[in-house]
Amino acid sequence: MAPAEPNKPIRDTINAVYESDSRRVLATLIRLLGDFDAAEEALHDAFRAALEQWPKEGVPSNPRAWLVSAGRFKAIDAMRRRSRFDALDDVGEAADKAVEDPALWDEEAVEDDRLRLIFTCCHPALAPDAQVALTLREVCGLTTEEIARAYLMPAPTLAQRIVRAKSKIRDAQIPYQVPTQTELPERLDAVLRVIYLVFNEGYSASSGAVVTRHDLSGEAIRLGRLLVELLPEPEARGLLALMLLHESRRAARMSPSGELILLDEQDRSLWDRAQIAEGARLVEQALSSGRFGPYSIQAAIAAIHAEAPSADATDWAEVVGLYDILLQSDVSPVIELNRAVAVAMRDGPAAGLAIVEAILKRGDLKDYRLAHAARAELCRRLGRMAEAREAFERALALTRQEPERRFLERRIAEVSGNPV
Amino acid sequence: MKYLCLVYLEGQKLRAVPDRECMACGDGLRQSGVLVAAQALQPIETAATVRVRQGKVSVTDGPFAETKEQLAGFYLIEARDLNDAIQIAAKIPPARKGSIEVRPIRELDPI
Repeated sequence: MAPAEPNKPIRDTINAVYESDSRRVLATLIRLLGDFDAAEEALHDAFRAALEQWPKEGVPSNPRAWLVSAGRFKAIDAMRRRSRFDALDDVGEAADKAVEDPALWDEEAVEDDRLRLIFTCCHPALAPDAQVALTLREVCGLTTEEIARAYLMPAPTLAQRIVRAKSKIRDAQIPYQVPTQTELPERLDAVLRVIYLVFNEGYSASSGAVVTRHDLSGEAIRLGRLLVELLPEPEARGLLALMLLHESRRAARMSPSGELILLDEQDRSLWDRAQIAEGARLVEQALSSGRFGPYSIQAAIAAIHAEAPSADATDWAEVVGLYDILLQSDVSPVIELNRAVAVAMRDGPAAGLAIVEAILKRGDLKDYRLAHAARAELCRRLGRMAEAREAFERALALTRQEPERRFLERRIAEVSGNPV
Repeated sequence: MKYLCLVYLEGQKLRAVPDRECMACGDGLRQSGVLVAAQALQPIETAATVRVRQGKVSVTDGPFAETKEQLAGFYLIEARDLNDAIQIAAKIPPARKGSIEVRPIRELDPI
């Protein structure tokens, strides 16, 4: 038997603590040390110290506090060593004092640290792609390599993006703070946008062929849950609901051979009922607050689809009504397009096509593949095959996703009268 | 009459002139009584742009003034941190029509 065997339970404990608490410890260390890099280094040092000391001294009664304290000591040590020639002792003293403050350890202060971390990573003064990278790195704890793989980009490019974001936080003095009530709506929007960006990257890029990519949709849902837990705002609930309701259809969106299946052709028995039930409950909570916004309304639309037994049995009038509400707060041609598709289901393809063509005529969506695909689909249903073919080809020229490409090619063959 | 003298440099030449030389220049101008205020700026990557439209504050990263917008004035403010600076910038009236670039000051290094 290997001599290290008696330590195995403790190593498992440390791994479990890392899983459950490393992000909390990091969030608190950033507050105490005032610096992301120093805090990350301190976090690693703290876990290294735990690996050395816990097997000998036993697991401390409050592992998280132990880790924060160990990390802070290591960081102050490192700062002192680095600043031998400078008078930087006051940095250490400030941190010394901070850790003795009992308020530091109360649950609320520590939970606030996690919110501080989220809001700082999603600060609108950072570039949107930097917000995403930093959030995945610091809040979700993904490695730079994992994020780079998920976004199909070279790791050094992504590392550089994170370095720049951290220097901006330092140089522009982006504070480590939960926004005040007046700032909250706009700042929360930024956080929700980041989470939804992560989700969509995972959701729309899932080709089934690429198994090495980190599950970004799952990561976004975890983030959404964390946000609802820390800050139960209606729109945070709405976004979590929206993600769960989309995610519930994952198994039905692709055939076993990786072919895209549209909503009306999906096998609804494959939809994840537990996710639908949770999503529907969250939508209800969000809507009943009376303070909901675009995510909650989109989630409400997704819930109508999720609860309908078939495409034909969907309450399309209700869907159109919700799109009308959505358009009042957010005038976006993509939402107009989605509404047009719902109108086509309610009033027939000709009514929908008239709206789609009006949007395209304005030029707003002339390079948006789904606008051409929608026009093609409606022409097809009306039997206008030549126009359908031309529009499918236009959509095909604009798409970059392999499953979409194959789907459109199949449709083109169909409307051309060729055997599929 | 007051004049604003704006300093332009390529990104990689931001530190091409020693800080100490700039400090000496500032001291000289101050002694001769012609200097009102002078500051070095952090690089352009540290900028944030603030706009107010329909009463809503929007913040974006970077110096995103429209190309047809021109430099029309400046406020040198003392703020606690970037969030505080953004709140103050949002109160500057032209934020409703154009944009306010918020750029942190860089303290000159005498060594």
